[in-house]
Amino acid sequence: MYDFSGVTRGIHEFLSGHFSPLGVTLWEMVIAGVVLLLSLVLIAFTLGYMERKVAAFMQLRLGPNRVGFRGTLQIVADTLKLLFKETFVPQAADKMLFNLAPIIMVVVTMLSLAPIPFTETLQFYDMNIGVFYVSAVTSIGVVGILMAGWSSNNKYSLLGAMRSGAQIVSYELSAGLSIIVIVALSGSMQFSEIVQSQANGWWIFKGHIPVWIAFVVFLIAGTAELNRAPFDMAEAESELTAGFHTEYPGMRFAMFLLAEYLNMFILAAIGATLFLGGWMPLHIGNLEGFNKVMDFIPPLVWFMGKTFLIVFIIMWFRWTFPRLRIDQLLTLEWKFLMPISLVNLILVALAVILGLHF
Amino acid sequence: MIRYLAMYFGSIIKGVKSLLKGMRLTGYYFTHHKEIITQQYPENRDNVPMGDRFRGEVVMLHNESNEHRCTGCTACEIACPNGTIKIISKWEVNAEGKKKKAIDQFVYHLGMCTFCNLCIVSCPTDAIVMAKDFEHSSYDRKTLTKILNKPGSKIETGVE
Amino acid sequence: MNIFEPENKKLVESEQDFVVNVGPQHPSTHGVLHLKIKLEGETIKAVQPHLGYIHRSIEKMSEAGSYRQFSYLTSRMDYLSSHMNNQACALAVEKAIQVEVPERAKVIRILMAELTRLASHQLWWGAMGLDLGAITPFFIGFRDREEILEIFEDTCGTRLTMNYVVPGGVMVDLHPDFQKKVVAFLGRFKKRIKEYDDLVTGNIIFEQRTKGVGVISAEDAISYGCSGPVARASGVSCDIRKLHPYDGYEKLEFKECIETEGDCFARYKVRMEEMKESVKIIEQLIDNIPEGDFQAKTKNVLKPPKGEWFTRVETARGELGVYLISDGTMKPYRVKFRSPNFSHVSALEHMSKGGKIGDLVAIMATLDLVIPDVDR
Repeated sequence: MYDFSGVTRGIHEFLSGHFSPLGVTLWEMVIAGVVLLLSLVLIAFTLGYMERKVAAFMQLRLGPNRVGFRGTLQIVADTLKLLFKETFVPQAADKMLFNLAPIIMVVVTMLSLAPIPFTETLQFYDMNIGVFYVSAVTSIGVVGILMAGWSSNNKYSLLGAMRSGAQIVSYELSAGLSIIVIVALSGSMQFSEIVQSQANGWWIFKGHIPVWIAFVVFLIAGTAELNRAPFDMAEAESELTAGFHTEYPGMRFAMFLLAEYLNMFILAAIGATLFLGGWMPLHIGNLEGFNKVMDFIPPLVWFMGKTFLIVFIIMWFRWTFPRLRIDQLLTLEWKFLMPISLVNLILVALAVILGLHF
Repeated sequence: MIRYLAMYFGSIIKGVKSLLKGMRLTGYYFTHHKEIITQQYPENRDNVPMGDRFRGEVVMLHNESNEHRCTGCTACEIACPNGTIKIISKWEVNAEGKKKKAIDQFVYHLGMCTFCNLCIVSCPTDAIVMAKDFEHSSYDRKTLTKILNKPGSKIETGVE
Repeated sequence: MNIFEPENKKLVESEQDFVVNVGPQHPSTHGVLHLKIKLEGETIKAVQPHLGYIHRSIEKMSEAGSYRQFSYLTSRMDYLSSHMNNQACALAVEKAIQVEVPERAKVIRILMAELTRLASHQLWWGAMGLDLGAITPFFIGFRDREEILEIFEDTCGTRLTMNYVVPGGVMVDLHPDFQKKVVAFLGRFKKRIKEYDDLVTGNIIFEQRTKGVGVISAEDAISYGCSGPVARASGVSCDIRKLHPYDGYEKLEFKECIETEGDCFARYKVRMEEMKESVKIIEQLIDNIPEGDFQAKTKNVLKPPKGEWFTRVETARGELGVYLISDGTMKPYRVKFRSPNFSHVSALEHMSKGGKIGDLVAIMATLDLVIPDVDR
């Protein structure tokens, strides 16, 4: 009913009627790429607008409300402004790395979007090591930040990049460990199978306290990996002016922003898929009527709803808390999150072996 | 060991509690939009909330028959710390045939004014007051030099 | 030739030193303060403030104005406590021309000064949150400050640089709504100060960032010339309102807020307590403002005799001293301001040495620097 397979089959048959099999594949790749890019930009715009509105309402303001209906087109106007700005490169910068860094950030982000299941059928590439792939690819992002910080030849940028390096290397651990909890419970690294394993209840409901702990650790570590407040050491506006992207003007700066928002979306999507059942609707026990109503809501809406819930929580963090200091940031990881998630993993492993979960 | 663990988990619980307190406040404001204090400026131009004594610019009061109360005593010119006011006076012959000093031009340089109110306080005849108009921005500096007495205006009878 | 070269040589000892210019344009220096910090990794080895970016020679300009004119300039020194700056000048001139200020004017002055202190601390609270990375406190602090500024606008006509306190009393009488508005505001603010605690005071991240950071001992605070909340957080009793009362502070009941830790959190607590004390002071006065003149009868042109006078007041930042020399003409011969923030900047290196960059920002935030007050 709410399925894109009809549309895709239609396109496939239409193309098959006009081109050779190789041509069909190429055209399909082009179409998929364009759709992907457009949807990414749309997601980034939505998140940008959402962030401004959330921030505004938490701060007793109205937020953007002039361009378009209730300011919805403000972000488009800002993007246009950034497009028209001079693409300035500092004289002492390493020009190649300077230009490459934002591209790497965006490319990495797009790569990590591949295995995420939006619905059962709307998924770019359902690989059997999906979880592993995502955590591997997202950690390349730090290379982009380090490149940006180093090539700018600016002391603030360098400090920001170094901070970011230390931070992401540390927080990757507890983020990974909390993901492994779900992998252990569902017995698969494939996203589609992880979602299927939650057909009779999301992990957050049937996984007891260890999954709760893993979810909280995932949220904190994920926020830290995103370089967002309260862990925005790499940018740290009041300390390093703008951190690693101090020297970036115009569209290159916008690419960093795009990467940040998309990363936030991907993190939230992974969190929603692993802990909140992905596109699975909410089912409660034997309430047939309730379950029927829930089934009526399209899976894409479920997925987006859960994702944006997590995005909202991350934004809520940002607009409430002060920033940590760099040493406190590492203390939090190595003295609190790491030990807790290790113990948590052992608990989950025991639960899986003894069959304690349902 | 137990004590250390209790301290460890106690600190975590205390910390999380304090963080949730802050999140409750921002969450409250997120859901209660009536607390928003922003004003929509160009839209509410007609009724911008402003104090009664708002110091926007110096103006000279004129009554219906185009008469002001300025005698040209230059008290305000002396009181002004910035040289904002310059009074150019002339000799006028009144009804009784006597020569009398009167203002020709009351020049007010808005660009130099710091709105300190010293001229208003020093005026013995209450000829000048502060007006509420505050939208003074202009592309041409000349527009900021104003002549406060209206053309053809005379001094009110009885004001010495 | 680079005018900064000699200082550079002092700061840079070897090629390995990592010197960062914080400011003059930097989000957390609150103005045009220029700090050169020497780093080793993230750790601060040396801090060197460079002043003069917003020097407007207010002291020299004061010599050109008459005794009525010069005090309006002082609103532009520490623009967050402009009433108190004007009050210090007015006190000096009144001491010189020996005028007794009417009771009503005195009470109005105290009310205005304490409201200014509240507004200043609210702004500091918000800006401190901003420096530490929390953006929401800024708006909550500004919301409450806005109400005070509206009260000022009603009575004085302006919001920031009022020039309301003049030699002999105050410039105009209180607005008829003043009392009602202040009472309403205090009622709201007493509820809202709990939000301040919820959002920042108890927050674990905030406590971690400020406790034990930027410690200055009582001896050091005295020898650096610190005053106001900064010195009081180190346990130095230095409230001019208590020690050398002016304008009738001696009749009021209030507590001098003293902490002993001397770190950023102690300075934070002192300012939070001061806000509550200011509310108490205003509550004592708001219902019994005496009737009478708001200004003493003075001559149009003030001409003090030959002599020298010194007065001091407690501004929101500390002790402001005004040293006035008259040569018997209608203009002051020399005016010297002793501003609190100038001394606080000099203590910056002592406090932040050995800390991280984040600590430097926290220290600057809790020193509550207003750069025009440093440079004048």
